[in-house]
Amino acid sequence: MENIPAASSLELYGQTLSSRLLLGTALYPSPAIMAEAVRASATEIVTVSLRRESAGGKAGGEFWSLIRSLGMRVLPNTAGCHTVKEAVTTAQMAREVFATDWIKLEVIGHHDTLQPDVFALVEAAEILTREGFEVFPYTTGDLVVAERLLEAGCEVLMPWCAPIGSARGPVDIDALRALRANFPDVPLIVDAGIGRPSHAAAVMELGYDAVLLNTAVAKAGDPVVMASAFAKAVEAGRQGWLAGLLEPRDMAVPSTPLIGKAVFS
Amino acid sequence: MRVLVKGAGVAGLTVAHELARRGAEILVAERGPGIGAGASWMAGGMLAPFCERESGEEAVIELGEHAAAWWEDALPGLVHFAGTLVLAPPRDASELRRFASRTRGYDFVSAEEIAALEPDLAGRFRSGLFFGREAHLDPRQALLGLHAKLVSKGVNFAFGCADAAALGRFDRVVDCTGMAALAHDAGLRGVRGEMLYLETGEVRLTRPVRLLHPRFPIYVVPRGNGRFMIGATMIENASDGPVTARSVMELLNAAYALHPAFGEARLVEASSGVRPAYADNLPRVTPKGGVVAVNGLYRHGFLMAPAMAGQAAEILVGNSWKGESFDEAHRQRKRA
Repeated sequence: MENIPAASSLELYGQTLSSRLLLGTALYPSPAIMAEAVRASATEIVTVSLRRESAGGKAGGEFWSLIRSLGMRVLPNTAGCHTVKEAVTTAQMAREVFATDWIKLEVIGHHDTLQPDVFALVEAAEILTREGFEVFPYTTGDLVVAERLLEAGCEVLMPWCAPIGSARGPVDIDALRALRANFPDVPLIVDAGIGRPSHAAAVMELGYDAVLLNTAVAKAGDPVVMASAFAKAVEAGRQGWLAGLLEPRDMAVPSTPLIGKAVFS
Repeated sequence: MRVLVKGAGVAGLTVAHELARRGAEILVAERGPGIGAGASWMAGGMLAPFCERESGEEAVIELGEHAAAWWEDALPGLVHFAGTLVLAPPRDASELRRFASRTRGYDFVSAEEIAALEPDLAGRFRSGLFFGREAHLDPRQALLGLHAKLVSKGVNFAFGCADAAALGRFDRVVDCTGMAALAHDAGLRGVRGEMLYLETGEVRLTRPVRLLHPRFPIYVVPRGNGRFMIGATMIENASDGPVTARSVMELLNAAYALHPAFGEARLVEASSGVRPAYADNLPRVTPKGGVVAVNGLYRHGFLMAPAMAGQAAEILVGNSWKGESFDEAHRQRKRA
């Protein structure tokens, strides 16, 4: 798309990216379909989970080679970690496996809703930042937690818009607006809860910098077509935000001038 | 024609069966000490192409829909033609609709119909899907039965065989070594699976039951005599180490959700295996340099091995020895 303004590129920890869609690599029918969906999404960043695949001591070597062979920037995550210690260990392992300081930090606090444990999150973020990691924290819409994460050294925030995998879309628009308004210069990425392309467009129209998805694409009837649909929705939402959206009005406003027409009333 | 079949898992045994039927002289060489050393021994044994279509490609149905008939023909009395029941807890009822939308060959069933199919589940689920054309078998019985039958037909077996090259000269070689081929098959990867065997006299089921859950879908397959196999995890690594505590918890939780009486069952086995898979999760018959490889059966060993064995035998014995690989044929069909 040649018409995108230059301001549309995204900077995350000093890296400039043109795609505003980050895609997860779990839950696809097969690695081949996953790879095709990644290409269709035109994403430049894929996330990958390490916790479970490393269970049993022997790493998921072939799967990780496959991820590396996609040629994308890899954002490893600490999905499935419930404590600071687990998350830190997983991050350290991820650094070794994928040779990157990037880590999507996830510390789960509630088994059913997969809500982040924000206290452990801040603590883990402090530890990892000290160790030179560039942390992408998966958090809630809470402003104070966001503040603490920034103090801990995070330069990106990744609030949920609904619980992981729930496909409910933005359930608390006001919280998302408040985050955007309070942190106008921090890259904000909606992570978790997106179910449809229209959800992705909606949060991009709020001025969010990017969207991170997994289930909505991986579990779609046709993940490859869905990946492409999301790429368009994210781009449309971004351009809508940049173009300046109309505010809703209570009254109708005619788009054709009435002057010169017969008016009967 | 003398044929060496490397590997005595479900791939090797079905290939040997197809070759024996075509009059070949066969030696099966197996690295393990006997039948049951590899992933096939841990299989669920569900001949469920329509359920598998939910997460697989159309080829799963194409290659799997005649499997039940093949097994019943090879080993009469082995296959249970009782269908598959797919259920979801009321909270996850939307999972049923999602599952249904991605496959075919089912009927929606009501609480009464579920009770009629599986009386012990009466009152526990309000709706489900019944796949009436599916079947299941006991994989261990199938492997042992096929082995015994092949021996009786004059097929030779060399167990504990580390070096198949020392066994002499053969006209054809078939490589059915599954995960052992990982080192020389660059496209292959391992997908770890873990499963449990429970024993209880308090629950009776006549068919495999799949319990849908967004995070931990599981299946329970009745093996008779109060034994049930609970499977299976899907983890992207090639470790066959002991079952993890978390997997046991997930599998037991799901079994308990299906029927609380499983909480009192005896846990008689917890095992893991590694499924060999290619990137598209579909199996391949690959003729290469005088060897035909059959691999990548993934989670569809008993479902797809008969079709793959038939293709391999055609290549080995038929005139198409130098013909295209199945892989290419399949890709071309997909494009057409």
